[in-house]
Amino acid sequence: MPEILFREALKRGLQEALENDPRVFMMGEDIGEYGGAYAVTDGFLEKFGPERIKDTPISEQAFVGAGIGAAAAGLRPIVEFMSISFSLVAFDQIVNMAANLRYMSGGQINVPMVIRAPTGAGVQLGATHSQSFETWLAEVPGIKVVCPSNPYDALGLIRSAIKDDNPVIVAEPALLYGDKGNVPDEYYEIELGKADVSRSGTDITLVSYGYGMRPVNSAADSLEERGHSVETIDLRSLNPLDIETVLTSIQKTNRVVLVDSARRTGGVMAEVAAELQQRASEWLDGPIMRVGSIDVPWPYNRGLEREVLTDAGDVLAAAAEGYGM
Amino acid sequence: MASSTKSNAKSRSQSSKPSRNGDSAPLLNKDLPSTVDHLDLFKMMYLIRQFEIACGENYSKGLIRGFLHLYIGQEATGVGAVSGLREDDYIVSHYRDHGHALARGMDVNRVMAELFGRATGTSKGKGGSMHLFDVAKRFMGGHAIVAGQLPLAAGLALAQQYQKTDALTMCFFGDGSTNQGVYHETLNLAAIWKLPLLFFLENNMYGMGSSIERVRAGGIDFYPGIATYGIPALEVDGMDVLAVKEATDVAVGKIRNGEGPQFIEAKTFRFVGHSLADGQKYRGQEEVKEWEGRDPVLTFPAKLIEMGVVTDKEIARIKTEVDETVAKSVDFAEQSPEPDLSQIYNDVMV
Ligand SMILES: Cc1ncc(C[n+]2csc(CCOP(=O)(O)OP(=O)(O)O)c2C)c(N)n1
Ligand SMILES: [Mg+2]
Repeated sequence: MPEILFREALKRGLQEALENDPRVFMMGEDIGEYGGAYAVTDGFLEKFGPERIKDTPISEQAFVGAGIGAAAAGLRPIVEFMSISFSLVAFDQIVNMAANLRYMSGGQINVPMVIRAPTGAGVQLGATHSQSFETWLAEVPGIKVVCPSNPYDALGLIRSAIKDDNPVIVAEPALLYGDKGNVPDEYYEIELGKADVSRSGTDITLVSYGYGMRPVNSAADSLEERGHSVETIDLRSLNPLDIETVLTSIQKTNRVVLVDSARRTGGVMAEVAAELQQRASEWLDGPIMRVGSIDVPWPYNRGLEREVLTDAGDVLAAAAEGYGM
Repeated sequence: MASSTKSNAKSRSQSSKPSRNGDSAPLLNKDLPSTVDHLDLFKMMYLIRQFEIACGENYSKGLIRGFLHLYIGQEATGVGAVSGLREDDYIVSHYRDHGHALARGMDVNRVMAELFGRATGTSKGKGGSMHLFDVAKRFMGGHAIVAGQLPLAAGLALAQQYQKTDALTMCFFGDGSTNQGVYHETLNLAAIWKLPLLFFLENNMYGMGSSIERVRAGGIDFYPGIATYGIPALEVDGMDVLAVKEATDVAVGKIRNGEGPQFIEAKTFRFVGHSLADGQKYRGQEEVKEWEGRDPVLTFPAKLIEMGVVTDKEIARIKTEVDETVAKSVDFAEQSPEPDLSQIYNDVMV
């Protein structure tokens, strides 16, 4: 299988959609002339023209709202935020409009829109540019939220997101744009709302998503070196959340560490933990262990930021504390 | 009132200048486009008035709950504006939406049922007064976050432009909504993209209890400042249904002609409180009385009778007919079933 970058996988998915469906168009700040803040849309303007690759003013509320209106009128807009931190100024449109329109119209209006946004810390952008608001959005009924952890998933999820008739947020971990991974030439999609058992094992289950899979994978390697058999689960989708796959795994391993790379408090794993304590207690040999980034504004300094961000050491410490592994 | 229509354009060409001047009513002469049916305009204004009165009564009875914002006093604005649209145009409104919805021809029974929260309502009872929708009529809400509907309307207009139609989107909003940042964002976006969007400001002088003077630097006129966005703007007497229709026709014509977004400011007034929970402590009854003297539901038919366009009898016949329609809508709503509890889970996602 050919290896491609995470950003190239996204680009491939977007390009296919633009080529195959005339209703698909893109909007965002500097996605055209500039080529996209993370170069995902580089070359699109030349290929598809300014009607379909629309550079917007720095008006997140207006262009997200315009995306919603265009979707309600039958188009399939793909809207890009430069950072998910900037989504805050458009939360009204995402939550009050995109998520609620179908329900409050009694099913009359659909919003088949994709919102893409770089997310997460790790590149020293400081407090206002490093947050992970997919965790906030994942609570809202009426929108789907996905977050890929590798190029294969990035392509499979973006394809499904664009085809979905609901608003879908695709949170793209900024630290992963340059990651390489195997992506087949044959067409495939990844169903939204299904977690992936990315490694099978019998002794402990490590659960995460997005950037969090990096510390999870490296912790899994270390645990296996010490003779433990590790199962890893990549949630892929935060809403709908696939708890069943996690439950099935715990019935086999009887041990679990939940890993957020977003801030610990109120993270997605808080919700997973709450479900597990209700539904998996009888299977567990110890406490539900939960790891997340430290609950402070993101610091700029490299050493401080690394300390705040979840790493493999945090995951291993949790496995040791909870299960003596 | 010296002139019922003003413009922000530096020099107005004769062709784009609405013909109505002074107190004479040139629109009632033979130049009238034959599509203007005065009786229809009256009938719709009267329907909205009676519908709103019935809403108020049923709110007092506890049959309608939540926030209820009545359109009483503003009928000429909504009816004049909507009468200038085609079936394939979109309309977007805010929470004071009953008038716009009815003017668009939404089913009176089903709108009333929605206010009653019944299964037969336009949103199956899940939207309520502030969230009316009828996609078949291209009535795209009913939006209750102040100014939140503006970018949605821009998106509908964007789709119309993208699909290369000559249809347009009309977006209603209040004076209060102009203090939201997204109002500015949307004016700018519509202007740079030349969207087929008609910004329709219903300036009723108050946002809840806040008079414009207290919350806006720059006074009570909005239309002159719109030139900053490069968008042509007209001011119109919102108590005069024909003037509103005429201004709308001008703006609509320009949009269909590919001239990009247009802006209309209608000066109007709600005769009643902001919602049924409003004691109106913030304004004197004199001001209300003064505006009530220009009540379009009274002055318009009086003018028509005076000019010999219709007779007393015809007006009376219309009133009887409308009163029946409204009474029936209340019966329909009351007799409609509550939504089944299973509806909770429907319509969240496709
Ligand atoms: C974002 C937001 N803030 C506050 C409110 C509460 N609110 C509802 S209507 C209103 C006044 C709006 O006035 P205006 O835009 O002039 O419209 P009008 O009610 O006069 O028709 C306010 C403050 C709201 N719905 N949304
Ligand atoms: Mg107002």
